[in-house]
Amino acid sequence: MNKETTLRAAVGELKSGMTIGIGGWGPRRKPMALVREILRSDLKDLTVVAYGGPDVGMLCAAGKVKRLVYGFVSLDFIPIEPFFRKAREAGGIEARELDEGLLVLGLEAAGQRLPFLPTRVGIGSDVLRFNPDFKMVQSPYGDGETLLAMPAVKLDVALIHTTRADRLGNTQTDGPDPYFDALFARAAERCIVTTEELVDRMDRAHPDKVKTNLFERSLVSAVIETPLGAHPTAAHDLYGWDEAHLREYAELARLDDGWDRYFAKYVVGDEAAYVDRARGREHISGLPLPAM
Amino acid sequence: MTTAREFSLAELAICAAAEAWRGAGEILAQGIGPLPRIAAGLAKLTFAPEIMLTDGEAYLVEDPVPLGAPRTERPSPSGWMPYRRVFSSVWSGRRHAMVTPVQMDRWAQANISALGDLQKPKVQLLGVRGFPGNSINHRNSMFIPNHSKRTFVEGEVDVVAAVGFGSNRWPGAKPYPVDIGIVVTNLCVMDFNGPDHAPRVVSLHPGVAFEEVQAATGFPLIAADPMAITPAPNEEQLSIIQRLDPKAMRANVIKGNPPGLRAA
Repeated sequence: MNKETTLRAAVGELKSGMTIGIGGWGPRRKPMALVREILRSDLKDLTVVAYGGPDVGMLCAAGKVKRLVYGFVSLDFIPIEPFFRKAREAGGIEARELDEGLLVLGLEAAGQRLPFLPTRVGIGSDVLRFNPDFKMVQSPYGDGETLLAMPAVKLDVALIHTTRADRLGNTQTDGPDPYFDALFARAAERCIVTTEELVDRMDRAHPDKVKTNLFERSLVSAVIETPLGAHPTAAHDLYGWDEAHLREYAELARLDDGWDRYFAKYVVGDEAAYVDRARGREHISGLPLPAM
Repeated sequence: MTTAREFSLAELAICAAAEAWRGAGEILAQGIGPLPRIAAGLAKLTFAPEIMLTDGEAYLVEDPVPLGAPRTERPSPSGWMPYRRVFSSVWSGRRHAMVTPVQMDRWAQANISALGDLQKPKVQLLGVRGFPGNSINHRNSMFIPNHSKRTFVEGEVDVVAAVGFGSNRWPGAKPYPVDIGIVVTNLCVMDFNGPDHAPRVVSLHPGVAFEEVQAATGFPLIAADPMAITPAPNEEQLSIIQRLDPKAMRANVIKGNPPGLRAA
C-alpha cells in the first residue's frame, strides 16, 4: 500500500462542480500547494467549504468558486480576506455564511452519516437568511424545544496540510490547535493530504509523537510531499505566515488586474518555481510564528 | 485606594468594562479586541480571580498575557483551549465574551457580518463568525469605542449576527434565550434591563449628559433611576492596566485618546 502521489495527479482526479473542504484555520496550516495546483487547473464551479484564509480568497479571485460555505474568511492580521471581500462585494459567489460552530456540527453530521445535528446555534440570526434551505426540528421529548436541524456538510474531497506523513496515510500535525482537520477528513469521500516531511513508516520514524495523529489512515486516500507547501500561511512549528507576502497580495486586491498580476508573479509554473519566487527555502523556513 | 487624578477615557472604559465579569463565576472570559482584553485581565487581577482567560491562541493562562507580548515572554499555560473546546464551552453556556459589533439595534441584535444586501454586500465585514452561537448560549457584553447613530442604528441591523430580543425572529415563546451583560461606550454604560428589555443608560461617563447620549443613539433610551456617574479608576487599577498594556495600545482605540475627565 503506497498512497504517495503528485500534486498534478491528485488535482487531475478532481472534477468541476465538486464540493471541496479545506483544512486549516484562516492563515494557518492551509494546503496551499494543492490550492495553487487547483488555481493552475481548469476546474470551476466548485463548492468550497472552509474556515477560510488566502486559500478561499485565491480560489474566489481565480473564478473557481460557485458556492462558498464558510465560518469566516480572514488573514487575521488583515481581518477581512481582501479577494474574498472583492468577490462578495461584486456579488459573484453564492455565500452560505455559517456560524463557526455550526460548520463543526455540519461536518460532524457528515462524518457520522447523519442527515443533521440539532442545535440552538443560528436560530434568531441571519444565518437562516444566508441558508434558506435550513429547517427546524422539534425535540421529541417533554421539553418540546424547537431546534435548528443543521444539515450534514458532505464533502467530495478534503484537502489537508500536515507536518509529517507516511506512505500508508498515517499523519502527524504539530501546533497548539488541531483546528477541524479531523472533521474535514471524516466528512469527505476522499482526503488528499500534503505534508512537510514524508517518511516510509511513521511507527519507525516518529512513534514518540503519535498523539499528534489527528485522524486514522483509512480516511486518507493520497499523500503528497510538499515542503513549505502551506506558504504563505503558517505551518506550526516550522514557519509562520508570510506577512510581507500577504500584504503584497492584499495590496493587489485593490487593482482591477491584481489577481492576474499575483498569478503571473507567483502561481504560474510549479511549486519549485513558487518557492524560489516567494524568496526561497531559507526565507520561508525562517518566518517567525505569529504572536497573538 | 484613592481615585487617580489623571486618567484617559480608555482607562475609565476599561475599568467599567471589567465590571462585566464581576460575580461571573468560573467561566471562560474572552475580551475580543484590545480594550475588552485588558478589561478581562483587570477583572481577573482584581475582583474575579476565578475567571479563565486564554492566551489568544490555544491555551488557558492564570496570568493575563500583556498586549503585544512577544512569544518568548508568554506566561506558561495552565490548560488547553483549542477552538473545538471553545465551542464546547460556548454551547455549555460557561463563557462570557465582550465584543465590538459594527452595528447594534434596540433589540440588542448585533452585526459584524456585512452592510447592505446579503448576497451582494455594499461592504463586506467579518462575517457572522461566532456571534449566532455565542449570543444564544451565553452572556455577552459589548464595547463600542465610537457611540454614534452609525453604530446604534435606528432600525434593525443589516445582518443579524448576534441574536436579540426582536420578537419576530423566534420560533418559540418568551423568554428569549438572550443574555446581555453591559454595553460600555465612550459616553456611557448601558444595559438592556429596561421594561421588556428596553435599552437603558446605567451610568454616564464624567461630564456626559443623557441628552448627548440620546442624540448619538438611533433609538430611544431609558435613563436608569438613579443613573450613576461611571466611577473613575484608582491608582491600583491604572498600574495593572499599564502592566497589561505596556505599549499603550489602549491609546489608539478611542478617537483622539481624550482624558477621562472632560475639560470644563
